[in-house]
Amino acid sequence: MSIDTAPAATALDATSGAATRRDILHRLLMTIVPILAALVIAGCILLAVGVDPLAYYGYVLEKGLFSPLGIQQTLTRMAPLLFLAAGLIVAFRAGMWNLGGDGQFLLGAVTAAASAPALVEILPAWLALFCSFLIAMLVAMIWSLVPALLRAYQGVNEIITTLMMTFLGTSLANVLVKLVFRDPGTTVPQTRTLPVEDRLPRLFETTITSGLLLGLAAIIIVHLVMTRTAFGLKLRIVGANPRAAVHAGLGVPGLTIAVFAISAGLAGLAGAVDIIGVQGNVRADWNPAYGLAVIPAVFLARMNGFAAIGFVFLLSVLSIGGESAARRLGVPNHFTLVLVSIVLIVLALAEYVDHRYHQSRKA
Amino acid sequence: MSSLSSSPVDISDIVALEGVTKRFPGIVANDSIGLSIRPGEVHVLLGENGAGKSTLIGMLSGLQQPDEGRILVDGKPTPITSPRHALALGIGTVFQHMMLVPTLTVAENLLLGGPWWQRPRTEELEARVAEITRSLGITVKLHARVSELSLGEQQQVEILRAMVRNSRLLILDESTSMLTPKGIDELGALMRRLVEQGLAIVFITHKLREAAAFGDRISVLKLGRKVGEIPPERFRALGEQEIISEIVELMFGKQKDDPEAVERSAHAVDAQAAPLLKVTDLTVAPTDNAPGLSSISFDIRPGEILGIAGIDGNGQKQLAEALAGQRVATGGSVRLEGAAIETLSVGERRQRGLRYLTDDRLGEGTVGTFPVSINFFLKQVGAAPFWRGGVEQRAEIDKRAAELVREYDVRTPSLKTPVARLSGGNIQKVLLARELAEGAKVVIFNKPTYGLDLANTLASRQRIRDTAARGLAVLLISTDLEELLSMCDRIAVIANGALVGTVDNADDARTRVGRLMIGLAA
Repeated sequence: MSIDTAPAATALDATSGAATRRDILHRLLMTIVPILAALVIAGCILLAVGVDPLAYYGYVLEKGLFSPLGIQQTLTRMAPLLFLAAGLIVAFRAGMWNLGGDGQFLLGAVTAAASAPALVEILPAWLALFCSFLIAMLVAMIWSLVPALLRAYQGVNEIITTLMMTFLGTSLANVLVKLVFRDPGTTVPQTRTLPVEDRLPRLFETTITSGLLLGLAAIIIVHLVMTRTAFGLKLRIVGANPRAAVHAGLGVPGLTIAVFAISAGLAGLAGAVDIIGVQGNVRADWNPAYGLAVIPAVFLARMNGFAAIGFVFLLSVLSIGGESAARRLGVPNHFTLVLVSIVLIVLALAEYVDHRYHQSRKA
Repeated sequence: MSSLSSSPVDISDIVALEGVTKRFPGIVANDSIGLSIRPGEVHVLLGENGAGKSTLIGMLSGLQQPDEGRILVDGKPTPITSPRHALALGIGTVFQHMMLVPTLTVAENLLLGGPWWQRPRTEELEARVAEITRSLGITVKLHARVSELSLGEQQQVEILRAMVRNSRLLILDESTSMLTPKGIDELGALMRRLVEQGLAIVFITHKLREAAAFGDRISVLKLGRKVGEIPPERFRALGEQEIISEIVELMFGKQKDDPEAVERSAHAVDAQAAPLLKVTDLTVAPTDNAPGLSSISFDIRPGEILGIAGIDGNGQKQLAEALAGQRVATGGSVRLEGAAIETLSVGERRQRGLRYLTDDRLGEGTVGTFPVSINFFLKQVGAAPFWRGGVEQRAEIDKRAAELVREYDVRTPSLKTPVARLSGGNIQKVLLARELAEGAKVVIFNKPTYGLDLANTLASRQRIRDTAARGLAVLLISTDLEELLSMCDRIAVIANGALVGTVDNADDARTRVGRLMIGLAA
């Protein structure tokens, strides 16, 4: 019953290069084929409601990817999504399901929107923006403290608590916009607007925000920390086997709180980067619900940072392209979500079938 | 049922097991077991936790399939493919943990599992239940909610459920564990009436007295193997005390031509040396599902192996965890080389040289999906030279891991293989390598050979002996008395979370420890 291969590990490691390549090819196939299948299924749904799927997909690609304006919008949209994805990667790899991204995002956005216009009047622009980022991050971190403490010391399921806190967070963000940070200079309830020249610079001669670079940096740093450092390994141990973490003497409650703080902090930064980079202010009842949209992308990427960049890009293309395609063809805007969820379900099914196939071959 | 003869002659097995083997990743749960289950008999399966009783009933009730061997039903080889199939064959199981829906009434629970397209046939059920309960002399409140019943009553309902479904074989899994003494006696009487009606009963327990009081035939399981059987003829010939002592002999006694038997080579432990580990009045509060510890005191000198014997579940794991710092102690002191460590964390205790080799290799000892190489250093994450400035030094890790793989003879396809893919023996070698690495002074081994095959068992034992020979203090917790007798200098016996006695490992140690284990004075 033991795997009686000689302990000559060095000789065996040499053959593992080919195995790794085969593994990557397998992964790619297991990702691309189900996505194509999902596009076909979604196409059938479009046909059923009387829309030409080829026209729909054509619009999505044109508006989201191939038109100069579309691709710029897509890349701009990626900035907050990348921050959110980075936060989710930390949490999910540590086995903690922070589903409160939207609340943390909005509170970060509102505090950034409130602080940035005020700070640019008294501080140099770069320092003011930096401070706004910091404030947004801290507020989001504090917002995550309740679920974090409950999970760390009472074992309360964080899925429930973070979801509840997200409802409270979105409402609180609204209240803040309407009552506390409301711009007296306008009649619509919204925060003061950050002047365009004080926002994050745009890249070159395009409309792409430089927040994209911050987002890319965030997700790559998170990926490297999770895979290459002792801290990341500790978090992964907690995620993969909490009892082993206790046995190995890791301070699980402390790590739990750190995970929530980092995850929520990144969600807060996502809000800040969207406001300081693109929107300039927060209008009342604004809630793009990026947090929930990113979750499938992170799962599809198997919590790998680099893969997540690809899936976030795909998500951006779909959502930017889907918005204009929906306007042109009269498909509801939510069809993008339908498409993404079909992709997720088909991928999960493919995974299941693949697993069963391997099991039966082993037996 | 009436078709079955209840006379002891001219009966054949309802169910027979032939050479049934079941393996799980890392352990052999059942090793070539043969059993015959006959109508009119209470067949007691006796064994400690982990002896393989639950796996055996899992296979009889269709939850699991044997890897080798076969199960015969009415003399015909029959794979029992699902719980539904088991019920159809007339095999009813009452599991250890109640499997009734507490918010439904008794009648509703009994009707569960009927065809979904029909209305439940309540009247038919009532008539049937009345018939069964009358013949068994029990009363069941059909319209009471299950949550209102006592545990004993719930158990009667579960037995009734098996009867309503025309079971010919009733399996009772640790059914007495949650009952009061009166409830236990009632269950015994009920079992007797059931077998008198021609039913076959398999009664699983780890309590010797119940086995002797209620059984007709006893099979003793030990570490996945069947080590002995007392047939009914012999059972009737012996008195209760004689049966118990015979069972003790089977469970703990030396077996003939035991390949594991190695004479303990006497080595001198310096009686004058200061103890490396000194535990005084260690106390742990009991929790919902684990016993506490009361006032545990012992000390271990350098080079000494102290054994902890006892029936599983008497606080062994709690003791190990409290010493390692994984479980909060409510009182007492633990001194390592004279310095108090009871307030230190798990990591600090490890750094001082206290090592704990857990019995739960995959559950807490390793992270199954992580590569072998990382699992060697699970308790040193962040420490130089494997991490510098918090950054993983993969070359250092792989170099040291390759050394440990060679040194401890870990059979692995590569260093990158997820550790859960290795066999139990090889996972244990990874743990041994990790805990015995530089700086160890006191090592706690919790069931170090549990579930291992013979070769790995012997290799692990040799490691432990070598550890002590290097001058380390060893605490060896084991439920295998043979193992303790072959290795320890002294053996302490734990029962209900307290040490009930300590015996020097001399000639009469076997009987003295055995008596302490079943609650008699040494």
